[in-house]
Amino acid sequence: MAVKDYLRERFFPHMWCPGCGHGTVLNGLIRAVEKLGMSKNEIVMVSGIGCSSRISGYVDFHTLHTLHGRALAFATGIKLSKPELNVIVPMGDGDALAIGGNHFIHAARRNIAMTALVMNNRIYGMTGGQYSPLSGYGTVATTAPFSNIDQGFDVVKLASAAGATFVARTTVYHVHEVSDLIQQAVLHDGFSVVEVLSQCPTYFGRHNRLGGPVEMLQWFKDQTTRIGSKAAAENPELIQRGIFVQEDRPEYCTEYDKVIDKAMAAVKG
Amino acid sequence: MEGALYAGLEFFAGYPITPSTEIAEHLSRRLPERGGKFIQMEDEIASMCAIIGASLTGHKVLTATSGPGFSLKQEALGYAIMAEIPCVIVNVQRGGPSTGIPTHIAQGDVNQARWGTHGDHAIIALTASNHQDVFAMTVEAFNMAETFRTPVILLFDEVVGHMRERLLLPEPGQIPLVDRLKTSVREGVDYHPYLPREDGRLPMADFGGVHRYNVTGLYHDMWGFPSDNPKVVHGLIRHLVDKIENHVEQITRYKSFYLDDARTVLVSYGAAARTALHVVEGQRKRGQKYGLLELQTLWPFPAEVVADTCAGAERVVVVEMNMGQVCREVQRVVNDPGKVFLANRIDGVLVTPTDIRQTLRLIAGQGV
Amino acid sequence: MGRTRLVFSGSGGQGVITAAIVLAEAAVLHEGLIAVQTQAYGAAARGSATRADVIISDSPINYPMVVQPNIVVCLTQESYNLYAPIIRPGGLLLTDPRYVHTERKVDAVQREVAMHAAVMEKIGATVVYNICMLGTLLGLNPLVRVESILSVLEARMPKRFLEMNREALLLGQSLVAS
Repeated sequence: MAVKDYLRERFFPHMWCPGCGHGTVLNGLIRAVEKLGMSKNEIVMVSGIGCSSRISGYVDFHTLHTLHGRALAFATGIKLSKPELNVIVPMGDGDALAIGGNHFIHAARRNIAMTALVMNNRIYGMTGGQYSPLSGYGTVATTAPFSNIDQGFDVVKLASAAGATFVARTTVYHVHEVSDLIQQAVLHDGFSVVEVLSQCPTYFGRHNRLGGPVEMLQWFKDQTTRIGSKAAAENPELIQRGIFVQEDRPEYCTEYDKVIDKAMAAVKG
Repeated sequence: MEGALYAGLEFFAGYPITPSTEIAEHLSRRLPERGGKFIQMEDEIASMCAIIGASLTGHKVLTATSGPGFSLKQEALGYAIMAEIPCVIVNVQRGGPSTGIPTHIAQGDVNQARWGTHGDHAIIALTASNHQDVFAMTVEAFNMAETFRTPVILLFDEVVGHMRERLLLPEPGQIPLVDRLKTSVREGVDYHPYLPREDGRLPMADFGGVHRYNVTGLYHDMWGFPSDNPKVVHGLIRHLVDKIENHVEQITRYKSFYLDDARTVLVSYGAAARTALHVVEGQRKRGQKYGLLELQTLWPFPAEVVADTCAGAERVVVVEMNMGQVCREVQRVVNDPGKVFLANRIDGVLVTPTDIRQTLRLIAGQGV
Repeated sequence: MGRTRLVFSGSGGQGVITAAIVLAEAAVLHEGLIAVQTQAYGAAARGSATRADVIISDSPINYPMVVQPNIVVCLTQESYNLYAPIIRPGGLLLTDPRYVHTERKVDAVQREVAMHAAVMEKIGATVVYNICMLGTLLGLNPLVRVESILSVLEARMPKRFLEMNREALLLGQSLVAS
């Protein structure tokens, strides 16, 4: 199918700012789904509230645009009630890890098969540029005019520690990686997390004097490297990209099927 | 909670909270026995969200909680109203506000059930005073949730929740069940998920089926896509309110006791109605013309039934376990608000026959 | 039979709530009577004061609480002090001297039965103390048949505990057989 077949053209133009990285994530996501060759009917996209969450409106899947932070909780209900569906949950950094942090760690802990896509632009864009739990120490935001004293989360470490069985990171500069990692994440039988660093030139870039979208993309190119690369060994400051965790552990819905078997056997005596 | 299973419950998500934990414990065993799903979520909010998700895949869903948890669920409850997702929420009330008095009776969440989530909306809330009626109202709740595509709140109380008494389980098929109205639009033909039929009903398509559409908590058009067009916004809020407020008669459930010639009408609901009936029967034995109107539908408020019942009464006494939440509604709808009095108790103890009789003596000017 | 209102009181862990439930179930499920059982609830802890009410009747029961009981069972001094005074004239007050020192006379039949001592001597397990108490109660006032209680116990517990409970029930009954 052509890429356009996965879009709801009726709902364009999209609402993202010029130069926003989220469109690139949408691009990578659609190419991933296209390569996977899945029917659009078996894909559910659940999102919360924020710039990133609007992504669900633009794709021609079953889409659920929910409440701020709660996308994974809604998604859990969908997945457990109909495990044959592929559930993809795009979230922003504030959505996933501030207001939705509890749902994030518990979905990871359960290892329920769905893909959490953290579109990390290090800022609350929709509300106008407040600092998020991923902004990091020393950044500037409308609510941190004297520079931010909040430390940031490391999404990869957090997801791994919470029990996610597939954890990866890339940036929108590396658009083929975005597509490839989403593909692998969707195929993974367990809770998968893909963090995609995305630029918000409007708020994060401007407040932190990082230049326009081009300069921000250049930064993703220069400041990141593949896991285990020579560059990583030479410069530990670089942000690593790639798959950090990929392991087999009992998946929640499969385990629940066993509960049903046990319960039914007990009734029969 | 056998009523929920009878109604076809397939999915429950909850979080432990006194005094509704027994429901979760029971269903964690009973649901998988019949191939249903039970999940204990990480918090109250998540449980409410999870049942909305499961409803969208075509299942009958339930969550259960008490005051503090009910407060937490309000945002997602509003989502279910806005997105028109059928679901049932049990609130076994306890004393509030805040953590309040977890193991004692109160009926203080009546107005929260009505207005708890933000914004204009309509809601259905039912209650019951004994186990047989709890069963029946639970089945009704599932039926109404499907009929009107809306969340339905079951507002029970701690006494009815923890009490034990006889329950006769109806045979399958004895109480009619409403199944989900699914769209008849075929694959490849445009399906408008939010375009109501002539009769106001909105056929659904399951997530995972052949119709892919958008569901959102934003004001939305017939495609389910966000819209701030004033016409769309106005049309949707009217639809959400009218589909319930225009069917008050269809939604109203109540019980009448000795009302035909009653000069003093007691209006009550939930466990308090048991005490009220006790008093009414005692007065009847003494030849006094007392009657009881037991409300089972609290919202939408059955204004017509209450007004008609109270029209000929000399005095109306509302018996409830709060500071007059239903009493104010009764005063609002009767011809003479001055004849409406409140007999309540707000200390975590079930209102006693003596409490009611004391109020009656005060009204009659006989002192305490 | 009219209406019998019972209050079982003691401390958490003695099984007074279970005893009340068993009695109410026996009345409803095996005697065709109407019964309502309620309890005063506290945080779920052992050793806290507990009270369970049962009303058994042949006509519908509206108000579900017991205000003036016909039968009061007190298994702690505290519960005796609280509930002995609310008994109806001519009712029955059952206590165990292991826990309760009766201080005053009430206008009711007062029976002090050494149920705890008997259970320890004959069975040696306190878990069936509440069932022994039920046996004693039925010995004094045959509200329901012993077989009805046994049927409820059969449905409620694993087979391996059944015999011990049966023994306790009959032991309780024998303590007041004249």
